[in-house]
Amino acid sequence: MTPTPPLPLMSDAAFALTLALLFLAPLAIAGVALINTGLGRSRSATQALLGNLGIVAVTAIVFAVVGAAFAGTPGLLSCCGGHSFQLGGKSWNWLGTGPFLLGGMGSSAPQSQLGLLFEFMAVALAAMVPWGSGADRWRLTAGFAAAAVLAAIVFPLLAHWVWNGGWLSQLGVNFGLGAGFLDGGGAATVHVLGGLSALAVIWIVGPRKGKFPKEGFATAMPGHNAVYILFGCLLALVGWLAWNVAGAILWLHAPLTALPVTAINTLLSAAGAVAATFAVTQVRFGKPDASLCANGWLAGLVASSACAGIIAPGPALFVGIVAGIATPLLVELLELAVSIDDPSGAITVHAVGGLWGLLAAGLFAPQAGQLVAQLVGIATLLGLVLPLVYLLFWLLNRVIPFRVDPDGERIGMDMHELGGGAYPEFVIHRDESYR
Amino acid sequence: MKYAGLLVLPAGFFLSIAALLLFPSPAPRAAFVVCGLAVEGLGLGVAMRGHMEPRGGDRS
Repeated sequence: MTPTPPLPLMSDAAFALTLALLFLAPLAIAGVALINTGLGRSRSATQALLGNLGIVAVTAIVFAVVGAAFAGTPGLLSCCGGHSFQLGGKSWNWLGTGPFLLGGMGSSAPQSQLGLLFEFMAVALAAMVPWGSGADRWRLTAGFAAAAVLAAIVFPLLAHWVWNGGWLSQLGVNFGLGAGFLDGGGAATVHVLGGLSALAVIWIVGPRKGKFPKEGFATAMPGHNAVYILFGCLLALVGWLAWNVAGAILWLHAPLTALPVTAINTLLSAAGAVAATFAVTQVRFGKPDASLCANGWLAGLVASSACAGIIAPGPALFVGIVAGIATPLLVELLELAVSIDDPSGAITVHAVGGLWGLLAAGLFAPQAGQLVAQLVGIATLLGLVLPLVYLLFWLLNRVIPFRVDPDGERIGMDMHELGGGAYPEFVIHRDESYR
Repeated sequence: MKYAGLLVLPAGFFLSIAALLLFPSPAPRAAFVVCGLAVEGLGLGVAMRGHMEPRGGDRS
């Protein structure tokens, strides 16, 4: 067991502000839920949105019962800060220890309680990201089971390593690598985890029927409601501003005077990204593409999650522009070159956007050695988290099959799983994309 | 192919961790961490290729 490191004291003003921000953070969840729903088909819209709602519920319950104990939020337990082993003369804190069912939370430090609330939001968003990628073919119960696995095992491990005194956060102390792995807004713990989980889900469930015909290009299956998608982007901005600023207070211990620039960096990154995606799609297709612009906006927000609290406004704009240029090109590349059917673009937006933000945090951070710390974090996400998630989902798929049966996919997830559609007064036309 | 790629990914991770333990000076440490990431990139590429669906080969 490793002793809990002392938490920096938090002023009453900072506590009240963080609590208020955490009440706004669910708008990011609402925004992503709307985007996921809008990017799917109309005949699966209710199932998609109900799935998002259910994932929030499942992750909250599972994280409270099991996950929070393994995440090991400092201050929730007075006796211990986690399990460690010794390697190379250094202590590697790899697993949090705490009471199950949030025991003793009422008497813990206020800052610890805020950290825990942040983690509840984070685990919900992380588990919602792959749900959008499995749209139109991923069964509801399987989606909930996968969310439970993420909330019980993978997210708590990662949250402990990154936020709660685990080995990644101690890279600075143990190896002189800057301030250790930095991730104030959850780019790694939420978005890269969600994006890599989306990749694992897509590998397991396969593409939608008719997506990749025997001859010709991949079939375009555009989202059914651009208004949901774009309104979701605006909602997400409010949530992201709250999320990044609350994260800067809680995990980067930023002073109140540093918070406005964190918010400005978040906005600049998103703005740069959507402007770049607008320009790229205008040049590439002759007209701007609304859903790709939404993906670009979201990629800018995701990238800002890693670095908004660390870098200056100029680099934040640069980070957004790079994310915005890469997003439409990568979405196309993944679909055409490696046959990835990702309706919500989660792999590009959340995984690649998050990885780019984490790298940028190292590139533009003032501390020496920060870049190597960020690279080690990225290596952990790709080399350890992706195989772990894939293995867990692969095993889960043997118990609860992920993919709906062919008839369910033909009539739509709404009718098949819920017995009714989202738009009963509208005629749903036959899918012309099946060849 | 698909599982081989996934097995290469942790190899890259352990290479990065080994760099932290074996190289105290910054330059070789950074170089080996980058090598670990390159190995992960190779593994990811192999896993991507291995998971590619045959054209028209829908599972449903």
